[in-house]
Amino acid sequence: MSTTTELSETTLLRFATAGSVDDGKSTLVGRLLHDSKSILTDQLEAVERASASRGQEAPDLALLTDGLRAEREQGITIDVAYRYFATPKRRFILADTPGHVQYTRNMVTGASTAELTVILIDARNGVVEQTRRHAALAALLRVPHVVLAVNKMDLVGYQESVFAAIAEEFTAYALELGVPEITTIPISALAGDNVVDPSANMDWYGGPTFLEHLETVPVAHDLSHCHARLPVQYVIRPQTAEHPDYRGYAGQIAAGSFRVGESVTVLPSGHASKIAGIDLLGVPVDIAYTTQSVTVLLEDDIDISRGDLIVPSKDAPPTTQDVEATVCHVADAPLTVGHRVLLKHGTRTVKAIVKDIPSRLTLDDLSLHPHPGQLVANDIGRVKIRTAEPLPVDSYADSRRTGSFILIDPNDGTTLTAGMVGESFASPEPVKDTTEDDGWDF
Amino acid sequence: MTTPVVKVHGGPTDAPYTLSHLDALESEAVHIFREVAGEFERPVILFSGGKDSIVMLHLALKAFAPAAIPFSLLHVDTGHNFPEVLEYRDRAVAAHGLRLHVASVQEYIDRGVLKERPDGTRNPLQTLPLTEKIQAEKFDAVFGGGRRDEEKARAKERVFSLRDEFSQWDPRRQRPELWNLYNGRHAPGEHVRVFPLSNWTELDVWQYIAREGIELPDIYFAHEREVFQRAGMWLTAGEWGGPRADETVEKRQVRYRTVGDMSCTGAVDSDASTLADVIAEIAASRLTERGATRADDKMSEAAMEDRKREGYF
Repeated sequence: MSTTTELSETTLLRFATAGSVDDGKSTLVGRLLHDSKSILTDQLEAVERASASRGQEAPDLALLTDGLRAEREQGITIDVAYRYFATPKRRFILADTPGHVQYTRNMVTGASTAELTVILIDARNGVVEQTRRHAALAALLRVPHVVLAVNKMDLVGYQESVFAAIAEEFTAYALELGVPEITTIPISALAGDNVVDPSANMDWYGGPTFLEHLETVPVAHDLSHCHARLPVQYVIRPQTAEHPDYRGYAGQIAAGSFRVGESVTVLPSGHASKIAGIDLLGVPVDIAYTTQSVTVLLEDDIDISRGDLIVPSKDAPPTTQDVEATVCHVADAPLTVGHRVLLKHGTRTVKAIVKDIPSRLTLDDLSLHPHPGQLVANDIGRVKIRTAEPLPVDSYADSRRTGSFILIDPNDGTTLTAGMVGESFASPEPVKDTTEDDGWDF
Repeated sequence: MTTPVVKVHGGPTDAPYTLSHLDALESEAVHIFREVAGEFERPVILFSGGKDSIVMLHLALKAFAPAAIPFSLLHVDTGHNFPEVLEYRDRAVAAHGLRLHVASVQEYIDRGVLKERPDGTRNPLQTLPLTEKIQAEKFDAVFGGGRRDEEKARAKERVFSLRDEFSQWDPRRQRPELWNLYNGRHAPGEHVRVFPLSNWTELDVWQYIAREGIELPDIYFAHEREVFQRAGMWLTAGEWGGPRADETVEKRQVRYRTVGDMSCTGAVDSDASTLADVIAEIAASRLTERGATRADDKMSEAAMEDRKREGYF
């Protein structure tokens, strides 16, 4: 690798894996890290030493990812781990999540920051309950890109018909859930087919390898339909001789973009002003975009503090004290009707009460169980919450940042629940008949 | 501080657009610093004078510009420091008008509370002075430069990591971290370790140092040094206890990839005298930085996890 390549700035893709226990997820992750030369000699030696000391003949690549004592003792992954690797084209953050059904919360954790989810299945078994569960979670979390990696193709004779049938069944199911983009790739993680290098055993497959897809999937933000949102984190007031009157509102733009001169409204107070300046970490700019951490200066001296939301005056969300959401319960103690909690939305934490739990969702068949009374760890359900103060919430479908919240136990600070405001799943889009478009370029 | 190059491709009239990976990591780290400033009473930045804590300081300066950093610094002084690093520390503190707290391992040894280990390594001895200082000063958020790419136990570490009143880490009781909604709730006596560089790799840190023109202590660049070999590493000869009678000192061209206690931080053979050389060297290296230079992690398969459980950062 040349120095020029290493010095150039690339883009960053955050992605998450999901998979059942024996479908080869660790092997895929190990293969990806190994073939992209991200496992270094001392790490491999440590794995070899540990494998040998427990009498294993070959180095167990799962030991690379199972970092905790309890995980090594039990031979299972109990928590999300984050892995880092890079190719000359892109930098990757992989949220490696366990496949056990009791760890739904871990997949939710991993997928909440992911732009892409990999669902792995065993070609011999096809689409199983767990596959549907993972697809439903990806749809619920509105992960923009979903990859179905049909693994162990070597064990089904690399047959195109096996792959095509699985890909078709999965795509139909995922489209029904509203997954916006699905890519299906036939692979063998063990043999290395289509993971990093194209497979000589599947010349019928014309698509990208798994890594090629990761390198080229778009991570750009399309701002044309975005509501601009800036949660105020902190008020910067130097009060020095050099900056006697500087009063800046610091925060990370959660969605959209802001321009100097734009008319803005501060929520929940509703005060209006104009953007007088934007500092991008000390440097004045005319415009700033989502995920940039900025400091905004306003023309008028109005009362703004941490927890407020700055929005364009022409595009302000309604404020409400009644939030209805789909939640995933992540704590061991159950969530019940009447539970008094804290709700953290953006930079604001308010008191709240669980008014109702209208239904619990069964991910396997997407059926609703009415009035379950409570949600236990890993349950997904609909919840109605009353907040002590009005909140400017967006629908999660419009913004993963300002449409999400967490519930916190006020007694011990435990994170209880991950919440997504609005409808659970996107409205199903009709499956497009692609044959019509063949050969035509409109 | 040099002016960063802001690269934004496209814009609303020219959508879609994307941030470079360094801009994305920088923005995330700044968000973490500001969350802590907004939610905690007494945060402190652990500052060793190593490259990761120097990058943290740089990010904190940017996060609150043009105001001062609303945190003080805490140095755990093992008594076996590289002089260049102490000098850098004091210069940084003076330049930015910061307050420096020092937790001294030597003082604990002098008082008889801690005992020098037979191998002379003081790294494991840092935990007690650190945790007692945190309790005594009532720090409720402690920034560390730890990165998840360093070690497999760290790969499981949260950005906000709750420590109990004994400063202990319990990996089974970690809070899930959802979206960018960090939960900093803690009881009196507990504190939160915060890792703004969680998602950075060693190469990211070096690329960022190069992009921002951040000054580092000289020992990160190739220089001639009197060293001797112990357990496969080049250690600096000094009053801390090396070399022993059977170890011979020689002059070599070396540099450091990490900076810690002199007794357990090894130098690597290197001709890399500029940032570009260092980046090229790291990109080609087949060893992790800890694998190359840290003796303490090799003690057992779970050495890092065990020390973290006790309160190490």
